[in-house]
Amino acid sequence: MSTTRYPSKLALDPSVVRRARTLARQVGRPIVRLAKTHTTVSVERAVLRLAGVTGADPDGIPWVNRLVDAVRVDVGLEHGVALPVWDAMLAGGHHDLTELAQKAATGGVGFRIPEGRDAARATKAATRQVGAGIRTIDRRRQERERMVRRIGDAPRTPWIYLIVATGDIHEDIPQAQAAAREGADVIAVIRSTGQSLLDYVPEGATREGYAGTYATQENFRLMRAALDDVSRELGRYVRLTNYASGLCMPEIATLAGLERLDMMLNDSMYGILFRDINPVRTFVDQRFSRQVHARAGIIINTGEDNYLTTADAVDEAHTVTVSQLLNEYFAKEAGLENWQLGLGHAFEINPEVPDSFRLELAHALLARQLFPDAPLKWMPPTKHMTGDVFRGYLLDGFFNLVGAMTGQGILLVGMMTEAVVTPFLSDRDLALQNVRYVMEAAGKLHEDFHPAPNGFINRRANQVLGEAVELLERITEEPGGTALLAAIADGTFGLMKRPADAGKGYDGVVAHAPTYVNPATDILEGGAAR
Amino acid sequence: MSDATIIRPYGDTTGDGMVQMSFTLPVPHDKRAEGAALQLAAKMGMDPALLVHAKAMGPDYSFFIVYGQVNHLVDLSTVEVVEREFPLLSAKEVNGAIKARLRRKLVVLGACIGTDAHTVGIDAILNIKGFAGEKGLEYYREIRVVNLGAQVLVPDLVAQARAEKADAVLVSQVVTQRDAHLTNTREMSAAFREAYPSGRTPLLVVGGPRFGASATTELGVDRIFGRGTTPAEVASYLVHALAS
Repeated sequence: MSTTRYPSKLALDPSVVRRARTLARQVGRPIVRLAKTHTTVSVERAVLRLAGVTGADPDGIPWVNRLVDAVRVDVGLEHGVALPVWDAMLAGGHHDLTELAQKAATGGVGFRIPEGRDAARATKAATRQVGAGIRTIDRRRQERERMVRRIGDAPRTPWIYLIVATGDIHEDIPQAQAAAREGADVIAVIRSTGQSLLDYVPEGATREGYAGTYATQENFRLMRAALDDVSRELGRYVRLTNYASGLCMPEIATLAGLERLDMMLNDSMYGILFRDINPVRTFVDQRFSRQVHARAGIIINTGEDNYLTTADAVDEAHTVTVSQLLNEYFAKEAGLENWQLGLGHAFEINPEVPDSFRLELAHALLARQLFPDAPLKWMPPTKHMTGDVFRGYLLDGFFNLVGAMTGQGILLVGMMTEAVVTPFLSDRDLALQNVRYVMEAAGKLHEDFHPAPNGFINRRANQVLGEAVELLERITEEPGGTALLAAIADGTFGLMKRPADAGKGYDGVVAHAPTYVNPATDILEGGAAR
Repeated sequence: MSDATIIRPYGDTTGDGMVQMSFTLPVPHDKRAEGAALQLAAKMGMDPALLVHAKAMGPDYSFFIVYGQVNHLVDLSTVEVVEREFPLLSAKEVNGAIKARLRRKLVVLGACIGTDAHTVGIDAILNIKGFAGEKGLEYYREIRVVNLGAQVLVPDLVAQARAEKADAVLVSQVVTQRDAHLTNTREMSAAFREAYPSGRTPLLVVGGPRFGASATTELGVDRIFGRGTTPAEVASYLVHALAS
């Protein structure tokens, strides 16, 4: 995103900002150690997807699942799938990995952990084949950069972000193209209800989603191709967003890289808190998926807005800041750069609260100034949209105004029919008129907007930052080697208690053996083969 | 005018019958489209109808705002409403009734099911913090509250209800895209009917802004609460249904 840096407007004490980042690092580091010493079924399946395994059995269970399951039964996953799978390939008799998976699924192949020279040969073969997948991701990234250069980029920031969600990819496509023609810079295809809890990625083009459309490789490909067409027509590259979250986060990230998606929802704790996915599973999956996103040049969007759907947006404002700091730490550690950090926040303060607009400005400015080089994802009101669509339209106008005044990078367009109906065609048009009016009328208002040094906005921003530091300090004081896991277990975030040894997908977490091999991680961390 | 039983909509003068409406027609915006909009308004009983705004929504659709007078009359004497079928009790009365009749704490299990992450409704009813100045059910000494939070799977909800021996299960549904709230609620009530012997299911209560209050039979639940429901109303209902 080629924006000039938003000038600083708040008088934040640099030593407090430094302290906040130091604490976030302290809290995050043990989690990274945990992620580096564990793997999951989905990480291993992502390795196989990078190596080119596609397709599913007649029941729709992908071959990557069948192969990982077969390896796990024979030799466990603590060594990773690469050693046993490529050892079996080198033994001969299989045309390709997919055929090996098919045979393994019927018990026709046995696996072993190769040692010595056999292990070296298997690792080399695996690295070659997985490396080819990563080179495809590299080519997709170059393709995007070339298209943005030749076709043109979004004409201004914030990028306007619109959602489509019909359940049928062939319905989504014309809707997405229409939304792009109406002015959307970013199209997000919402996933089908419950996909995040599926421990496999469905296959093929799908027409039967529920309140959203399944994320599949073929759906990704179809939508990206349709948006390429409309990008050429409009003379600006229209970006595509999906969701790298849930139990298949690493695989979805991989498919996104392979099919040139541009942005992915990818929060460090959302799955834990809101989907009750096991914390360790989430952190391990998340690190791998972020390494893939870093390589693919994908912008991640984090999910701090979700905290405010359950917690009070004033009392708990600092939990958003804490989560942003943690998301930043984990993202940087995984190799993402500032321009790839669409850190989330939202306009969710109860409009009945006195000075609610000034509070929103203070919170949005705080995020802007703490992360001056990140695009920031600004989310519209949902919780206090009452069904009074007229009042909702006004609220969305104020939301857009905060976005304009605080230099947000990605603006999710608010609908006045939020919580009433799936947006009508006219709702989307009215919402875009609202955005356009505010941006044209007040888009440069930030030039004249200088909160008084000791005024309400400055005081509030400093207060929230101070509370964030206090919360981070409390987390570091939690017992055990991984304070963040303890904090999540006792309900520090969003008031939901999530113990480290419970939650969905825990049985898919495996600690590494000393001989664990993952050629994808090796390449992604080494930066080789680019 | 409060004793009149026949009324009309009110614009700025009693009896003027003025209403507003907006809609989209799947035709390009031109004179014919505007005529079509007025034809729809006339067929809906707006006479005279005033087309105050018309705008193209892309090449193939047009959006209209129409103001006009409707000739329909509303007969208040035939309006049906679901009246509260139970008396509103104070916290003290609720605790007293539970203690006297159940002789143990009343166990309430609460959750948002499906993908709904909006716990604002269930939290307003259950959390001590409460809603509209009233404290939530956690505040009631004789009620034991287990709040499972957001995005609870139906099988987990049923399992927890059995494990906690819940007397009542409260489910909140805010997200209503494609009627998800109705589908989720039916799935939930069916799962309870399947898991429990007939007549032994816990009291099933759903709440949310878009439920019709009279759809209990259709959704297989015992009671539906709508927008603006307070914790005291829920507590009073639980006592009415379980401890009286």
